[in-house]
Amino acid sequence: MKLEVYINSIGSVSVQKTFDDSGFLDEVVDYEGTSVKAVDPTYRDYIPPAAARRMAKGLKMSAVSSHNALKEAGLDNVDAIIVGTGLGCLGESEKFVRDLLDNDEQYLTPTRFIQSSHNTVAGSIALDMGCKGYNFTYVHSNISFESSLWDAKLQLENNEAENILVGAVDELVEHHVTTHQFIDHIKKEPVSREQVLRSGTKGIVFGEGSHFFVLSNQKQDTTYSRLIAMGIYNTLKKEEVSDTILVFLHTNGLTLEDLDGVILGINGDVDFDTIYQDLANGIFQTIPQFVYKHLSGEYDTASGFGFWMANKIFKTGKVPEVIRWNDIKVSQPKRLLLYNQYRGKNHSLVVLEKC
Amino acid sequence: MNQGVAITGMGLISAIGNNVADNFASLISGTIGISKISRIKTVHEHEIMVGEVPLTNGELEKLLGLPADSHSRTPLLGIMAAKEALAQAEIQDISEYRTGLISGTTVGGMDKSEQYFYDFYERDLHWNHINSLHAGDSTQKIADAIGLTKSFVTTISTACSSAANAIMLGARMIKSGELDRVIVGGSDSLSKFTINGFKTLMILSDTYNTPFDEHRKGLNLGEAAAFLILESDAIVSKENKKVLAYVKGYGNANDAYHQTASSENGDGAVMAMEKALKVAGITPSKVDYINAHGTATPNNDLSEGRALLRVFNENVPEFSSTKPFTGHTLAVAAGVEAVYSVLSIQNNVIYPNLNFKTPMTEFNLVPETQLKNKEIKTVLSNSFGFGGNCSTLIFTKEA
Repeated sequence: MKLEVYINSIGSVSVQKTFDDSGFLDEVVDYEGTSVKAVDPTYRDYIPPAAARRMAKGLKMSAVSSHNALKEAGLDNVDAIIVGTGLGCLGESEKFVRDLLDNDEQYLTPTRFIQSSHNTVAGSIALDMGCKGYNFTYVHSNISFESSLWDAKLQLENNEAENILVGAVDELVEHHVTTHQFIDHIKKEPVSREQVLRSGTKGIVFGEGSHFFVLSNQKQDTTYSRLIAMGIYNTLKKEEVSDTILVFLHTNGLTLEDLDGVILGINGDVDFDTIYQDLANGIFQTIPQFVYKHLSGEYDTASGFGFWMANKIFKTGKVPEVIRWNDIKVSQPKRLLLYNQYRGKNHSLVVLEKC
Repeated sequence: MNQGVAITGMGLISAIGNNVADNFASLISGTIGISKISRIKTVHEHEIMVGEVPLTNGELEKLLGLPADSHSRTPLLGIMAAKEALAQAEIQDISEYRTGLISGTTVGGMDKSEQYFYDFYERDLHWNHINSLHAGDSTQKIADAIGLTKSFVTTISTACSSAANAIMLGARMIKSGELDRVIVGGSDSLSKFTINGFKTLMILSDTYNTPFDEHRKGLNLGEAAAFLILESDAIVSKENKKVLAYVKGYGNANDAYHQTASSENGDGAVMAMEKALKVAGITPSKVDYINAHGTATPNNDLSEGRALLRVFNENVPEFSSTKPFTGHTLAVAAGVEAVYSVLSIQNNVIYPNLNFKTPMTEFNLVPETQLKNKEIKTVLSNSFGFGGNCSTLIFTKEA
């Protein structure tokens, strides 16, 4: 008998002021650019300033979002920590490489190398709270977070753990942005928050953020939702996407009619948004559609923002105007499907149900 | 439910051989793969020794029928090992069952990223490598090469225990019925990035590494790729598959002591081993051979040795580290050693812990220094990494 999997708390640092959990996108942060940084919380409320100076951005953001998730769940410790990150603390890796090239492999110090390990965030959270349990880090592009969710789901369903801290983090780094502009993965021309999803140009606006959640097989007062199904597909042909989603729903005892909304990973890349548009005009045509990457920016773990948003929708019962993609109104949605892909690869499906 | 998960194929490329058979021949004949570095130009070339795969990228691309300069080294090594594993498991149609690929890596395409770091700004000749820094990109390239589509493909990076954790996740997914078949292991190539990183930590030996020796001076970095094929009991019985051995136990724990060092008493290692024994449903006395992490750093060998004494209650079975043969292959160390563990079970042999002379003062632990024949039913293999990550796998002859 498999146990249920609940999302009991959330924590977020992102391009929006999501670190302040009191509202829900009441005040939207606008931007105009090809990349957009996270809004910094007051880090000194969470981390001693001396330590913060040596910490990579990904570590700092995660210190805040993981702290907030644990606090809301009322936990000091967890049975496992699972983090997804496309590139880890990339800024430290980039600086270490630059230092070694510029100085002919001399005068290097270990801090930047240590923080370059992909599992630095998961390791340091464990170190800070003295968590000796299972500690994994998934680093598979835009399914890094979903791999973490899947792993947590397996453990909680089989009662191998009761509370798991699951996270998603990536940071914005200049070298990464510039080089990815060369190959049109990131937009060359600045674009505004309002325009990005309909920009009609190649590439995306790069963002950053850290999202943490406590998943548990025990429901409690703070519980947001129930994770009921997941799917991950490394590649799908464009024409296979709709059928794959229908088969996925069927396999999990669901139909399109069971969905009160779909959260799509539309990111404004003219070459790949057609995959979402085909769904929006096809199997999802009669379903309320929501978007978020104009608010979060695109990065490997941006789907963590989508997951955060779904849970906020359930908790508040509200659907902010700024996330609506079609005209179909919905209030108090009960069941949401999240679908994400990046550049036609690493497709993920997550179904959440309000608790 | 202590049923093991069947291993039906293995593939391996390391400094001591381009395939499983060559690796085994080297282990048996005492042929090591540690030498001065030749493929990477580094100012440290006279101060370090490494375990390099002898083939160049060009030679690997030729062997695999891939265009020149199309791949970084991590996926090239990975494709070699994955194809060998699939061939041994006699898998022709990769789409026949729900099949997954889980790979561990630390560097991904860092070798190319560091090489063209400034070149990217100057010309477009190597722009095909811009996106290959992603660890997931190397795994997807392996998936492409073996024709795996519409599937669960992911990458784990927990430093030097990555491949152990990939094997662990794969075994859990088979057990829970999420997948029918999974290719698990890892791939990691040498890079200036890792050489210099470990250099700053001052844990690189300037000579051959000497695990568990009082006078050990540190590790030799290595590169390798290793993959295992795990299959469900249903496939094994339906297709009458030959089973090489079983993944019987696994455990992961965190030392929560230091970002790069292990605790003095090996708390994390003890927990990982105890969890693995519990999953396997066996007592420590059933373990016939331990393939230790044994990196030959002062810190690891002391911590691991103390952990072994705690778990095995002073009755530590025969153990050795095979790192003097291959070097420390980082993310894939546990994959290399998983293959060695299965070969130990298949051939009833314990590999020598080369270069050992003097027992450590802190305890009376002496590894096997000679090749030894003994009936091996159960092997325990340890891998520990940065971030306090500790993993143990247990392999058995019987399910």
